[in-house]
Amino acid sequence: MNGSIAGRALAGMIALGAAFAGTTALAAPATLKIAFVDPLSGGGASTGEAGLKTFQYMAEQNNAKNPDLKLEVTGYDNKLNPQESLVQIQKAIDSGARVVVQGNGSSVAAAIIDFVSKYNDRNPGKEILYLNYAAVDPALTNAKCNYWHFRFDANSDIKMAALTNFIKGKPEVKKVYLINQDYSFGQAVRSAARAMLKEKRPDIQIVGDEVAPLQKVNDFSPYIAKVKASGADSIITGNWGQDMSLLLKAAADAGLQANFYTYYGGGAGAPTAIKQTNLADKIFQIAEGYANIPYPPGHEFEKAFRARVGQELIYPRVVNLMNILVKAAGQAKSTDPKAIAKAMEGIHNDTLYGQDSFMRPDDHQLFQTMYISSFGPIDTAKNFDSENTGWGWKGIGEIVAKDTVVPTTCKMDRPS
Amino acid sequence: MTDLVERAPAGDWAGGQTEKAVRPRTGGRLGHVVPWVIAAAILLAAPQIFTSGGSLTMMSLMGIMIVFALSYNMLLGQTGLLSFGHAVYYGLGAFFTVHAMNAVTAGRLPVPLAAMPLVGAVTGLAFGIVLGAVSTRRAGTVFAMISLGLAELVASGSHILHSFFGGEEGITTNRTKMLRLFDLSFGPQIQVYYLIAVWCLICAVLMYAITRTPLGRLCNAVRENPERVEFIGYEPQTVRLTAFCLSAMFAGVAGSLAAINFEIVNVSYLSLHQSGVVLLAAFIGGIGHFVGPVIGAVVVTLLQVSLSDLTEIWQLYFGLMFIAIVMFAPGGIAGLAMMHGPLIRAGTAHRLIPSYLLALVPALVMLAGLIALIEMAFRALVKAGDGTAMTLFRIPLDVAGPLPWIIALLVAGGGFLAFRATWPRVAEAWDAAATAAKEA
Amino acid sequence: MLELLIVSTLNGVLYGMLLFLMASGLTLIFSMMGVLNFAHASFYMLGAFFGYQISRYTGFWIGLVAAPLVVGGLGALVERYGLRNVHRHGHVPELLFTFGLAYVIEEVVQMIWGKLPVDYRVPPLLDFPAFTIFDTNYPAYKLFMLAVSVAIFVGLLLVLARTRIGLIIQAALTHPNMVGMLGHDVAKVFMLVFGVGTGLAAVAGVIAGPSLVTQSNMAGLLGPILFVVVVVGGLGSLTGAFVASLLIGLVQTFAVSLDVSVSSVAQALGITAQPAGGVLGDLWTVTIAQIGPVIPYLLLVVVLIARPTGLLGNREA
Repeated sequence: MNGSIAGRALAGMIALGAAFAGTTALAAPATLKIAFVDPLSGGGASTGEAGLKTFQYMAEQNNAKNPDLKLEVTGYDNKLNPQESLVQIQKAIDSGARVVVQGNGSSVAAAIIDFVSKYNDRNPGKEILYLNYAAVDPALTNAKCNYWHFRFDANSDIKMAALTNFIKGKPEVKKVYLINQDYSFGQAVRSAARAMLKEKRPDIQIVGDEVAPLQKVNDFSPYIAKVKASGADSIITGNWGQDMSLLLKAAADAGLQANFYTYYGGGAGAPTAIKQTNLADKIFQIAEGYANIPYPPGHEFEKAFRARVGQELIYPRVVNLMNILVKAAGQAKSTDPKAIAKAMEGIHNDTLYGQDSFMRPDDHQLFQTMYISSFGPIDTAKNFDSENTGWGWKGIGEIVAKDTVVPTTCKMDRPS
Repeated sequence: MTDLVERAPAGDWAGGQTEKAVRPRTGGRLGHVVPWVIAAAILLAAPQIFTSGGSLTMMSLMGIMIVFALSYNMLLGQTGLLSFGHAVYYGLGAFFTVHAMNAVTAGRLPVPLAAMPLVGAVTGLAFGIVLGAVSTRRAGTVFAMISLGLAELVASGSHILHSFFGGEEGITTNRTKMLRLFDLSFGPQIQVYYLIAVWCLICAVLMYAITRTPLGRLCNAVRENPERVEFIGYEPQTVRLTAFCLSAMFAGVAGSLAAINFEIVNVSYLSLHQSGVVLLAAFIGGIGHFVGPVIGAVVVTLLQVSLSDLTEIWQLYFGLMFIAIVMFAPGGIAGLAMMHGPLIRAGTAHRLIPSYLLALVPALVMLAGLIALIEMAFRALVKAGDGTAMTLFRIPLDVAGPLPWIIALLVAGGGFLAFRATWPRVAEAWDAAATAAKEA
Repeated sequence: MLELLIVSTLNGVLYGMLLFLMASGLTLIFSMMGVLNFAHASFYMLGAFFGYQISRYTGFWIGLVAAPLVVGGLGALVERYGLRNVHRHGHVPELLFTFGLAYVIEEVVQMIWGKLPVDYRVPPLLDFPAFTIFDTNYPAYKLFMLAVSVAIFVGLLLVLARTRIGLIIQAALTHPNMVGMLGHDVAKVFMLVFGVGTGLAAVAGVIAGPSLVTQSNMAGLLGPILFVVVVVGGLGSLTGAFVASLLIGLVQTFAVSLDVSVSSVAQALGITAQPAGGVLGDLWTVTIAQIGPVIPYLLLVVVLIARPTGLLGNREA
């Protein structure tokens, strides 16, 4: 007991001293431990590792130039399993982490939100913060929203809003076919596409609406046969991983001439598959960034990142996330998750590509400029290619943050 | 399979776990009770020694896994039925429990949390009867394949029946919003741990008791020779079905405990992967002895949670270890330990210690060399982007040069040769000890 | 409608033959040695990756010959130094051995080739549409796949039924001691069978690799469905596996083209009542297309319950 009282007194004195010292730098920088909880082994490991490397790169960059705050990122392998994630987070908490970052799998994200909210209820004063960099199920910032969860990726409704705003100005799109994976995210894409196309382009005919079991289909030819029979000119798909690669291969084999509007055309492995199918300039992607955005600082970042990490930047949003985290900690002058969370609500920050983004306090969803790009041959001397294919992403449209705002049903429960 | 017959007489099954406790000649009632008292003491004392939140969670997981693996062994070890779909009952038990918990929270059902595993038990039993009726008509490969098909059907069906299974995201609950008994909130993990520990002990005692009943003996008989069982007037199919239902019931309890522990249940509970894990746990521990799955559950949980901290390629080590056990110790860890039972009883086991120690040293050297080779290959092949320098066993080295490779090869190879050279001595010591035991 | 029917039939046959290509080796091992080889899909994956690696230096065709030889050799080694030792402990440890092997192979492949798909291409010689029906192209490569599949089926049947070695193999399974006494090396026969079986898996890998995705998780995705093919077809029956492959290929393909659910049938019949929601509501609206990939497992359970020997099998394992 004595020790802890003494400790508290000491901490109080330091805090007092810091207050007197004002905003000048502290002698020893505060350390913020970040637990990266994502798959680092097995099938999902390639995306998980890309994320971890980006986080570690950002921490490295910050530690080199920020005298006040040291970031420490540790990877925890959750094997893409919700229960395992909770065990790993418990381990991370034991070793002093107060911030959890995760992105792969909305089911994992939902489990973490639930865990964090219960943990913070049961352990007041030891709150932890959950920053989500890639789980895009809309429910996470609507029905399941939570004060301790912040999302830095545009959720699937926002992406669809941006995509349909783009399609609004494309009269050549007449017949649309929806192919998605049969789980929460795929269903969210499909219902958003239906609702928003109906609203913005009532003349567009949705000629097919398909959900296929997640990662179970080995041959997409039957689906492509149906697409051909329907006469669709465009396909909207949220497929990722092999469901994406196999879909494109089947389309190319059958000689389907349609445009693919995708969520994850830039996901790990997809560029290789697109190049193989030779579908030049037919695959479009909606994302918060791509390497060839004509903004010199972005280019420089990409160049430095590729030189250091040895792969391309798949997650521009991780850069934004880390910048916002550092900014919020600076504003709060604290590494306490409670203070950081407070500072993060409503925060504005310029993205990697020099555009404004803001964290909506109502549901903790970040809004940022979205870009639509297409994949095809590029001049690799001047531009960045993807996965060494010699092909790269070219911009064809951009939707500024305020045009991507969608309403939320979240009723945020704020701690007193 | 004849080498897997349970030969251990009553009273010394716990010999692998708590050797000191076993005084076989005391026999009788005391022999039955002592191991359980010790098991209870271990369960009670463990949280006082390992106090961190992470280890509490891990021990809770071990408790759940022990129940699950023991229930699995009722099939594989006792009755000789190889199932690839045991997670079905575990998962369904968990889902029904979580719905029951939510019903309590909503005030529709007055059941305290501590009794929730009964929901899992009933669920497991019910589905065990239904699915067991169609799958236990045959044993062997046909049974194994039907279990695989059923597992895949249930897992896929769970994705389609969204309103009950909650899709990928599953169903959540809050264990603290339940009826309270003795003012236990079950918020802190320690309370949940003790809840799991109590249920784990109850289930283990019950499952052990079942092996001692005529039913348990009949199961063994059905495993060994179903035709003879028919000759003495029993229907092997009925015996298999009974064992299957009981096993599904205990798997349901394990699922319930998992639901209480995590407060979230989703379709991964029902997955083939989950069925695979319990098979691995039971086999690694040893399916020929009651205590085997207990050891296996502890080891596998520990490896699953911690091995990924040490190395990214933990699955490779996991696979290699599993292959090694299948090849060299098909009786599992418990089987290895039990081999020494007669020697310990005869008091000649100590004669083995010198030769074991002698063999252990080169074995460890060989292992270290192998691990070094694997980790260096991993660094050179996969992690080349992060540079070729690394630290291994606290020794900094650079895999770009040939020197570390040569050393690792020498260590592994030398260790192997020395290890093999010690084998005749081990065998000699074993023979001597066994002969002395017979004479004693 | 006719268009969809013809196209679906073609797709179904092509997919079914691909399944047979992969399952043929498994059937061989299963029926000849009684070993449920869980690592079979892993050997198929090894075939794809070796084929990819060799084709980078020499082109596709040499890879097609060399990769199966390498993998078959590996398979024989696994049998000689692994399986054979486990064999005496019974079938369950044998099966578990291959279970662990699958883990190890996946990790090793990840270590060598990484976790992302590799760029394995269809050979230029076959990279053209062979014919077009109703606007849908059929690549020559898929027809090549079909031809190889049929050739393997016929070849295996002939070897097993008409040649001396085939008869010895069949005899070694049922009467190993007798065959041994007649002066044949039974252990070598098993090693040969396992080697050939895994080699066949590798052939499937080399051929399917460019057509599907060559990635370190490809084994896990295909493993279970191969068991369905072999078991539904009937243990020990090559013809059964052939029939089951076609059946499953066709069923899965046609299921996808059926957008029928209970609710759509009810609507067509003029019934407007529908369940409010819950589990019944889910069942009400699920389409056959959605459950398509699950149908093989349903088939597996139903066939095994009704006929434990499988469709064309003559014995239980």
